[in-house]
Amino acid sequence: MQHFAALLDALTYTTGRNAKLRLIADYLLATPDPDRGWAMAALTGGLDFPAVKSSTVRALMHERVDPVLWSLSRDFVGDTAETASLLWPAPATIDVTPPPSLDEVVGRLSAMTRQSVMRDLPLLLDRLDEPGRYALIKLATGALRAGVSARLARTAFALAFAVPIDEVEEYWHGQQPPYAPLFAWAADGAPPPRTDHLPLFRPFMLAHPLEETEVDLADYVAEWKWDGIRVQLVRVNGETRAYSRSGDDISASFPEMVAALPVDAVLDGELLVRGSHQGGESGGAASFNALQQRLGRKTVSKAMLANYPAFVRLYDVMVLDGEDLRPLPWTERRQRLESLMEHLPASHFDLSPLVEAPDFAALAAIREGARDEAIEGLMLKRRDSPYVSGRRVGLWYKWKRDPLLVDCVLMYAQRGSGKRSSFYSDYTFGCWDGDPDQGADLLPVGKAYSGFTDEELALLDKHVRQNTTQRFGPVRETTRSLVFEVAFDSVHTSKRHKSGLAMRFPRIRRIRWDKPAHEADRIDALRALIKD
Amino acid sequence: MSAPFSWIRPDPHGIRILPANAWIDPARPVDRALVTHGHADHARGGHGETIATPATLAIMKLRYATSAGAIPVEYGETVALGGGVSATYIPAGHVLGSAQILLEHAGERVVITGDYKRRADPTCPPFEVTPCDVFITEATFGLPLFTHPPIEEEIAKLLARMGAEPDRCVLVGAYALGKAQRVIAELRQAGHHAPIYLHGAMEKMCHLYEDFGVGLGELRLVADTPKDEMRGAIVVCPPSALGDRWSRRLPDPVTAMASGWMRVRQRARQRGVELPLVISDHADWHELTRTVEEVNPAETWITHGREEALLRWHQLHQRRARALALVGYEDEDD
Ligand SMILES: [Zn+2]
Ligand SMILES: [Zn+2]
Repeated sequence: MQHFAALLDALTYTTGRNAKLRLIADYLLATPDPDRGWAMAALTGGLDFPAVKSSTVRALMHERVDPVLWSLSRDFVGDTAETASLLWPAPATIDVTPPPSLDEVVGRLSAMTRQSVMRDLPLLLDRLDEPGRYALIKLATGALRAGVSARLARTAFALAFAVPIDEVEEYWHGQQPPYAPLFAWAADGAPPPRTDHLPLFRPFMLAHPLEETEVDLADYVAEWKWDGIRVQLVRVNGETRAYSRSGDDISASFPEMVAALPVDAVLDGELLVRGSHQGGESGGAASFNALQQRLGRKTVSKAMLANYPAFVRLYDVMVLDGEDLRPLPWTERRQRLESLMEHLPASHFDLSPLVEAPDFAALAAIREGARDEAIEGLMLKRRDSPYVSGRRVGLWYKWKRDPLLVDCVLMYAQRGSGKRSSFYSDYTFGCWDGDPDQGADLLPVGKAYSGFTDEELALLDKHVRQNTTQRFGPVRETTRSLVFEVAFDSVHTSKRHKSGLAMRFPRIRRIRWDKPAHEADRIDALRALIKD
Repeated sequence: MSAPFSWIRPDPHGIRILPANAWIDPARPVDRALVTHGHADHARGGHGETIATPATLAIMKLRYATSAGAIPVEYGETVALGGGVSATYIPAGHVLGSAQILLEHAGERVVITGDYKRRADPTCPPFEVTPCDVFITEATFGLPLFTHPPIEEEIAKLLARMGAEPDRCVLVGAYALGKAQRVIAELRQAGHHAPIYLHGAMEKMCHLYEDFGVGLGELRLVADTPKDEMRGAIVVCPPSALGDRWSRRLPDPVTAMASGWMRVRQRARQRGVELPLVISDHADWHELTRTVEEVNPAETWITHGREEALLRWHQLHQRRARALALVGYEDEDD
């Protein structure tokens, strides 16, 4: 447990992604089974101990610490687990039992009931030092918050044992903590765990941006890139799951899609909801904002299902009736997908159409003319390419629509992390809420930390320091003097922002050192671009 | 016969000794000030007379460039202030020159601690328990969650990190008066004899410590040093220089911070600290409460810090206490 506690603390104080990967990888290499498996489960949110609640910890502390001193301390620290770990009194008798291993901790926490927890949790706390108690309470109450995503933890696993991340992702989903077969495979060279009999996530094939490349349409096929969320529907032995691009199981949010798939298959498509966008290329798909109403829900009401009905626009078929089609060229998979369509209910599935053009220039013209908001751009797929996981050069390209542009004024700058920790590199910018010459104010409309070179960053940093009006911790407010040309993919209404709107993927396109701030855009100009 | 302790009065800007027309650590210029130690929130400039230890006076001269009206008092020495009040300066163990002040008047004894700690510190003599009727204490770390670990453990952490990062330097943010010199002296005691690199703002204070006999080993200025020389080394700077542009001249620094606040993870994270070092020159909760028990005063007055919790502790232990609500003291010198 102390090693896990040390890992947790080290992760707390580390901001860089690579440094976090290294910390987890080193831990996995140095820690025996099954502790390292439990640690992976803890980091990826795969453990649950229903008997231990935050209120349990508070009740234990009230038995041990004066309630006034407790609440003063809790208010200062701001976190119950940390306050309890700091205030836990040393046991009356010196405990000779050695600190528990993570395996012992998991075993004991699992065995606790509502009745036994008030007696058994203190026995564990008594055997640990402060970092150990902190880790124990965080683990037990399911609020680890180490700033580590499940994906990052699995990437660290791949790094530790030098195995491909795609294989890790594929095998991971069928395994239960503490993942003995996975460690046997990755660390000791045992055969990989079998996955073909389970409705598991298969890593997606991804695309590179097209940039300046031109492709020959004899080799590549074009298809619209839809503005929904990439989804994988998996049905094995009659059991169906829906997975997001990162491999998260989103079946509970889209029960109608899970119910709608009538054949054993693995399908790749875009999850969309039907909306008022009639006609056009979108065939009735609503905007991304409508889809967002459906995301992240554990249960879905009838009204939700009726108001925002989901469907999947299919791109590809990876497995059909137990046959893995991924090694086949795209042309053959497309044929199989087209003939599969007649077995799928049209209420919930349609086929992403191909975009026909005689040559690349004609295709570019079609892309320019696409006005549908549900279209993000074009996909270009090599006709003879198998379905391979991840991003491979030359197989799939995404060719996004030209971004929308708006001129904004820098308002706040925040220091970055890692290599950028001495630079003000994260910028909040705003648009005028009226005529700036008549006393209008700026309303923040977005935040960006990319789109500039290192040289430009140094100049921006200097500008921020020389034009600071107020400081709030790592944030500086600046004079309203610098204009950014901001590029973004779309803009939507948002209740969370004071300006009432939110940009998708804003980035700094150009720094307009030359442009006076009062000539920056007004919020109305941005509002006019909303297509919710 | 006046009421007990009516000759000493806590005003918002300091503690006043009425019969002697003098103040303790006043927050604004006065005719006559008794100063406990050199931290800026206690030792302000511009007083007519300043009565303090020689080291505190030297620190004030360094900061305010004048020693007009300076009246030195050695530890253990008693001075008559007039009006029947005498003052004795007693080590407080906080920083070089720091003193508690024992005031005596008409058979009543009052001790003002200034800031203090109970741990050993190679840069100043230890706190001495002085019996009194009224004990006027600080409470900077007056919450039961504050337990400062042994400094040897924190120094070992610092040295281990330095050893583990041969291509980087470890940049330790430490208050320029006291904390920085204590960390350096403790590193020397732990057997670290390599040069330690300093931010320019610390140079003079380190020299002052050496003039008062505190050996700090070989110190070099970052400004005079090529970047590569500082790889695998320790650099000390004021907390305000962490994450400042100044740090770009260092080789990929690991950000460390030596402060009692580092006990709380969120505090360390807010400051972007990678290596929190729980090192404080103030008494932690256990030292505060133990000190009250050892001094065993009839009454405790609390000057600054988290006084609510310490008041509550007095209540739970049937002891008399009051908070003075003085202004102008900050927790900066943690
Ligand atoms: Zn002080
Ligand atoms: Zn103070």
